[in-house]
Amino acid sequence: MSSAKGSPRASPPVDAGASGMRHAGFSTVILLAPACGLFALFVVYPIVRSIGLSFYDWNGVDIPRWIGFDNYRELFVDPVFHTALANNLRWLACYLAAPVMGLVLAVFLHQHLPGMRLVRSLFFMPFVISQVVVGLVFSWFFNARFGLLNELLAALGLPPVALLDSERWSVYTMIVAGLWPQTAYCMILYLTGLATLPAELIGAARVDGARGWSLFRHVVVPELRPVHFIVAMVCAVAALRSFDYVMIMTLGGPFNSSTVLAYYMYEQTFLGLRYGYGAAIATVLLALMSCIILMLLWRLFHRERV
Amino acid sequence: MKLRSSLAVVLALLAVISPAGARTLVVNANTADPAPRAAWEATVARFQREYPDIQVQFNIYDSESYKKSIRNWLTGAPPDVVYWFAGYRMRQFVTPGLLEDISDLYTPDLKASIHRSALDLVSVGEKQYGVPYTYYQVGLYFRRDLLAAAGVAEPPGDWRSLVSACDKLKAKGIEPFAVGTRDLWPAAGWFDYLDLRLNGLAFHMDLMRGAIAYTDTRVRDIFERWRELLEKNCFSRNHASSSWQESQALLYSGKAAMMLIGNFIVANFPADVRDRMDFVAFPSIRRDFGRFEDAPVNTIHIPAGARNKEDARRFLAFVMRADVQEAINKATLQIPVNLRAAVADDRFIVRGRDLLARADGLAQYFDRDTSEDLANIAMKGFQEFMLYPERLEATLVTIERARARIYGALPVPAAAK
Repeated sequence: MSSAKGSPRASPPVDAGASGMRHAGFSTVILLAPACGLFALFVVYPIVRSIGLSFYDWNGVDIPRWIGFDNYRELFVDPVFHTALANNLRWLACYLAAPVMGLVLAVFLHQHLPGMRLVRSLFFMPFVISQVVVGLVFSWFFNARFGLLNELLAALGLPPVALLDSERWSVYTMIVAGLWPQTAYCMILYLTGLATLPAELIGAARVDGARGWSLFRHVVVPELRPVHFIVAMVCAVAALRSFDYVMIMTLGGPFNSSTVLAYYMYEQTFLGLRYGYGAAIATVLLALMSCIILMLLWRLFHRERV
Repeated sequence: MKLRSSLAVVLALLAVISPAGARTLVVNANTADPAPRAAWEATVARFQREYPDIQVQFNIYDSESYKKSIRNWLTGAPPDVVYWFAGYRMRQFVTPGLLEDISDLYTPDLKASIHRSALDLVSVGEKQYGVPYTYYQVGLYFRRDLLAAAGVAEPPGDWRSLVSACDKLKAKGIEPFAVGTRDLWPAAGWFDYLDLRLNGLAFHMDLMRGAIAYTDTRVRDIFERWRELLEKNCFSRNHASSSWQESQALLYSGKAAMMLIGNFIVANFPADVRDRMDFVAFPSIRRDFGRFEDAPVNTIHIPAGARNKEDARRFLAFVMRADVQEAINKATLQIPVNLRAAVADDRFIVRGRDLLARADGLAQYFDRDTSEDLANIAMKGFQEFMLYPERLEATLVTIERARARIYGALPVPAAAK
């Protein structure tokens, strides 16, 4: 004790530790500050402002008028909002196909064969292409007058279809376009997941007699759980914020039949000049997305603990 | 060292900017398409030659983002001159006091040189708030050869001949009217013209400013005429997924014979079809009735909060001049609003100018004459009606509900007849 006190070597570590701690705390704050500042400025602040705006009636020129929950009350009875919400749920449901198709493709492409890298890149291509381009390509593909689809149907002796003109089918037509790159994205996530699967595990499973479907079902799929989570989240978010395809392919039409929340928000804000109403739609969309993400997070943590 | 050199750069920049800063004129324009862009750049260059001491900063924005930004400019830090549209679109900025009163520029002589309707469109009460510099006609553009092939000797001049032309063209397997309603506004053209021909301009403008219910019988009359054409399948198929550009291709390929559109379509005529294209005013429906036309007028204005209003006035006065309007409109193939300006030697322009000069009154086009909010909802209603005429009642109720929300309830319930 006394020797420790007397020794010049004993005290420095304590000091160093304390100042190191203090130093670490300070530098943490410094290092986090820019990111937190930017996040607050460009994410938190706009969200708060947007939620605030949703309680006003404002056309961008006159003085905003406080109307309380009137915008939300109107949303509740607005048939177009209901259509948009239902369409978003359709997107959500159909986008669940992307992880399944992505996993199938990933398993197929996760083979060590010559030229596989090239094949993989080709399958990944759709995701690299801009969504705008994908939307354009598909709107030409489905075009009722000169589209490839009707040419194919004609070759098979079938009558032509006008999917993008149909209030019933235009949503699904866009979803098909959206699924193309989304599947590629899921595939790449699963491919990286498969690459990190420990070879010993697969080997051990094989020793235990698992092969084919049962190996896939009981070993590979459960082991990819973290990837499933990411993929599900990415797809849910993509489905909810789908905007590009609507903007490019249908403009929400015919009339409002294929609109989604993100597009309706844009339309009300910038075409209808109802900034408050648009903000209310944005708030609902944000709440919806938060719910789904929280649900997924909760499931993830719940499973981790089990 | 480094600091000093960057300081020098800043000083040098200031030296470049500051002398001009005394007389800089900031002009924000929405003339991004190639022809108007070139025309305006030439005009600004000419203005600079005449006023060498004014430094014009000419900013061009694409027209869609311009629509979104102008509100921020006018209420925030405005430029000295803005480009915009006449009629309701201008009035919505005049009412909250965002545009400068420029009545002092309008001498009696100048007033006499400008199309009366165009003057009304930039006036609120007795005061003027903008300078109209261009407009164009809207009407039926048609293939003379296709009409002839179907046995239609003359382009339709009244409703009956329009309907019979439809029948004859259908019998020949030609679609009577090319239309693309994906962008909604082409359908509104049909609504505008049926209303102008059936109910006249005063009624139309009352409807546009929300003073008449969309469930009014006179509005229903419009849709009943429209339904006549729909029941005969006069409009091109799959119009809901076609843009106007896609639908015009039907004219050029000979699949459709007529199209209700603005004169801007002329620039797109392929060389081999151009000679066979012709133009006629939308047919009359009622005898001895005024002829009113849609003629969207583009304008320039001075924001109320502009810094350099003095030079902005010089610029506006310059743009009113006949020789300047002539140069701009010859380059853009449109019609100058100043009646003393000559027009381009182009048969569509020459006839368009006569058509508008002799019109009994001008409207601006549905989506420029009524609130953006209502226009958006109503035009979707028109598209739905064209696809499902049987849903008319529900469609009208939807539009009327929006009208009531935006313009308020009407004192007398649907004062029809």
